[in-house]
Amino acid sequence: MKSSVITFPGSNCDRDMDVALTKFGFKNKMVWHNDKELPKSDLIVLPGGFSYGDYLRCGSMASKSKIMHSVINFAKSGGLVMGICNGFQILVESGLVPGVLLRNKYLQFICKNVHVKVENKDNTFFKNLDKKVLEFHIAHNEGNYFCTNDQLKEIEDNNQIAIYYCDQNGNTNDQINPNGSIKNIAGIFNKEKNVLGMMPHPERMIDESLSGEDGSIFFKNLLNNIK
Amino acid sequence: MSVNEKIAIEHGLKSDEYKKICKLLKRTPNITELGIFSAMWNEHCSYKSSRIHLKKLHTKGKKVIQGPGENAGVIDIEDGDAIVFKIESHNHPSFIEPYQGAATGVGGIMRDVFTMGARPIANLNSIHFGSTQNKKTKNLLRGVVHGIGGYGNCMGVPTIAGQTSFDRSYNGNILVNAMTLGLVKKDKIFYSKAAGLNKPVIYVGSKTGRDGIHGASMASASFDEKIEEKKPTVQVGDPFTEKLLLEACLELMSGDSIIAIQDMGAAGLTSSSIEMASKGNLGIEINLNKVPCRETKMTPYEIMLSESQERMLIVLESGKEEIAKKIFDKWNLDFAVIGKTTNTKNIQLFFDNKQVANIPVNTLVENSPMYDRKWKKSKLPKKNKINKTIFKSLKIKDTLKKILSSPNVCSKEWIWQQYDHTVMGDTIQKPGGDSGVVRIHKTDKAIAATVDSSATYCWAHPLTGGKQVVCETWRNLISVGAKPIAVTNCLNFGSPEKEENMGEFVECVQGISEACKYLDYPVVSGNVSFYNETKDIGIKPTPTIGGVGLIKNYKKMITMDFKEIDNIVLVIGKTEGHIDQSLLSRIILNENNGPPPEVNLFNEKNNGLTLLNLIEKNFIKSAHDVSLGGIITAISKMCIKGNKGIQIKKPKFLINEIEYFFAEDQGRYLIEINPKNLEEVSKILDKNSVHYDEVGKIIDKEMIIDQKTKLTIDELKSCNTNWLKSYMV
Repeated sequence: MKSSVITFPGSNCDRDMDVALTKFGFKNKMVWHNDKELPKSDLIVLPGGFSYGDYLRCGSMASKSKIMHSVINFAKSGGLVMGICNGFQILVESGLVPGVLLRNKYLQFICKNVHVKVENKDNTFFKNLDKKVLEFHIAHNEGNYFCTNDQLKEIEDNNQIAIYYCDQNGNTNDQINPNGSIKNIAGIFNKEKNVLGMMPHPERMIDESLSGEDGSIFFKNLLNNIK
Repeated sequence: MSVNEKIAIEHGLKSDEYKKICKLLKRTPNITELGIFSAMWNEHCSYKSSRIHLKKLHTKGKKVIQGPGENAGVIDIEDGDAIVFKIESHNHPSFIEPYQGAATGVGGIMRDVFTMGARPIANLNSIHFGSTQNKKTKNLLRGVVHGIGGYGNCMGVPTIAGQTSFDRSYNGNILVNAMTLGLVKKDKIFYSKAAGLNKPVIYVGSKTGRDGIHGASMASASFDEKIEEKKPTVQVGDPFTEKLLLEACLELMSGDSIIAIQDMGAAGLTSSSIEMASKGNLGIEINLNKVPCRETKMTPYEIMLSESQERMLIVLESGKEEIAKKIFDKWNLDFAVIGKTTNTKNIQLFFDNKQVANIPVNTLVENSPMYDRKWKKSKLPKKNKINKTIFKSLKIKDTLKKILSSPNVCSKEWIWQQYDHTVMGDTIQKPGGDSGVVRIHKTDKAIAATVDSSATYCWAHPLTGGKQVVCETWRNLISVGAKPIAVTNCLNFGSPEKEENMGEFVECVQGISEACKYLDYPVVSGNVSFYNETKDIGIKPTPTIGGVGLIKNYKKMITMDFKEIDNIVLVIGKTEGHIDQSLLSRIILNENNGPPPEVNLFNEKNNGLTLLNLIEKNFIKSAHDVSLGGIITAISKMCIKGNKGIQIKKPKFLINEIEYFFAEDQGRYLIEINPKNLEEVSKILDKNSVHYDEVGKIIDKEMIIDQKTKLTIDELKSCNTNWLKSYMV
């Protein structure tokens, strides 16, 4: 299976994502933001980092870069696109998934392990996953998901919520919400479920010596689903 | 503007220093030249008060590839790999403007490391604030932490360990020391020594602005009530540009275009160009009209003294300009050929077709002032006679709770959760352990790093304190299973013009040197920060040591959390009951006098190496060094981390319980072993003449000292983790 990771100026999880995808059997290529054409890919990943320094709204500059035209076309024709952290912010800014990502509620960068509940398995990203709660890792300053009430209704009606922040038993409540996201939303799909944006970093959980191994479960499952 | 002595003094030069400049030049300098001299001759850049003593540091060793004198030190970690590392202070700017001060401190030290061709793989920091009662402390702490995170997180380099302390002596002068480690191939290290004539001198990175002018001079003076006016001397950081600069430099370094490279740190273009010329024994000619400027009408004086961040100076091989330019264009960075190397051995500056400065390089470097300042030797204070009945009135449980929730012992999670500590995917020991550990990407090796200081001990007796800090970092590395290799030091002191402060400096350096030599743990890089005082009140002497060690097989790394019920806990090293200068003495008994605990280098080395041997043989399940707050504090942390309890065995020998639990004797570790290995482990410890006692047995969720004294792990945890969070609300 072929994947491509886009490097924007200021991306800093591009290598980590490349390591993870390669480890689980993807043939991965790194793609420069200024390129026009995407290599033939089964999966496009927008990695974490601080694209263009995030001095404007996070992800907004990157969403206008040259390669994003091809990424948007790829997504619109049904191709799988995944945005992690800053990648999620870029997806939001480019309109591929609904809503916005605000500054964390306590106005602090936060780096720690969190649990997420997988709500919707009727899609290529989470199909056949045998766990309902995964332990992932977050590291962000602007992950506070927000949308209007109308948008939220639409999102819920279409089953677009991918993952929620929860405790280890899968309970979602305010106390467990690390950044103030509406409804504890940690990740979201587009309507067609071929685009996933999420704040947690599965690529940081890919061997027992790191923060955990649930990232391995996620990537192995993803590869099997694409095959 | 014509220059005279008054203007020179306004530039921070002394009267006789100004006379020396006129004598060396055989004329009066012009204003640009005066600016250059003041930047090169201030304490921060010239080390004029410290040089004579720094020579005594132990800097040699089999693993040392580059010792002090370059942008950073370099050590060999085998297989053709090397680690580049250094610590640096950014104290003065951080007090004036905490966010930018701390951020640019982090940016500056990372540049020092990647200038040498190394990709930064870990950041650490040591930060010190005034009393928690002081009204400025909270804002300074918040600003500094945001600044460190803001820069390091954006760069995508994990912040893996650190140290935070609070002490009244930092009320008017906080300390912000930042350390970076980078990884490089041994045969791809870059240096700052220029070579060859007529080679192009290249400016890359951000444009030059008016920020930070005289930053280094500001860092070489004490503060008074007018410090707010110094805000414009603080540089403004742009981590995004630095990330681009990092990638662009590493890309250029993968080829063979670079002869020499130097970042523009303190004193900007001045010190970087002079440094390269001086090391290469060459001259440099610069056309200042070619320097990319952010603001209009900048004068030669401003261009030379600006401390705008994220800039580099490179001497290229002739004919490589196009290759280099292409790379910097790709990363959207400024690139300009601004001059060339010459055989004049002078630095010559041109602006609007006129020569605006012409100074022999050696007058700025070798002929810079060097002082052998007067210093006062300190005596070892007399031991306090503590009335033993006081101990009887103390309840262990209450005392322990107070210590666990005290500002200098409590968990610093509130701080390190704001630092990205997992990016790069190789952090295998996060902050909160004895050392941070990162794997060397795609190998079995890992590097452990720690940073420490003990101002209280250094203040009580500088010689002992200096030794103690080195040993503390050595123990932190051993506790995670790493073989200590080398250190970097950041020497934070008051005014060198005061005999007491100078004495503290001299004797701390002596202590550091003795310990480094005995432990074969050389100093490879560092910096000195003097004049940490406001209105004549100086800080406690605070040498900060950053230690680096190697773990050959990362799967053998040790952590401090208790692992398994029924395992036995031993304390290695002898507990004599030293209470003076301990936390117990200071915060419970309110006694601030007395000598620090003695440091016995023989025991230190012997205990440490024996423990490494036990780790190598897979006997050790968890380990933690005993430091602030003594054995019981160390045990509590192991309980909290492992979420397990302990049934404590009382000491057999004649020592008071309080002294046994809270004493801060040095050279000690707690280790967890399986009971079936007790005999074998005892044998090894006995054979190496290492003293040990059995402390207890691991049980479920409760610390039991005796029938009346029990604490649940949750109690311990809430004492330890809540203090800082509630303080910062």
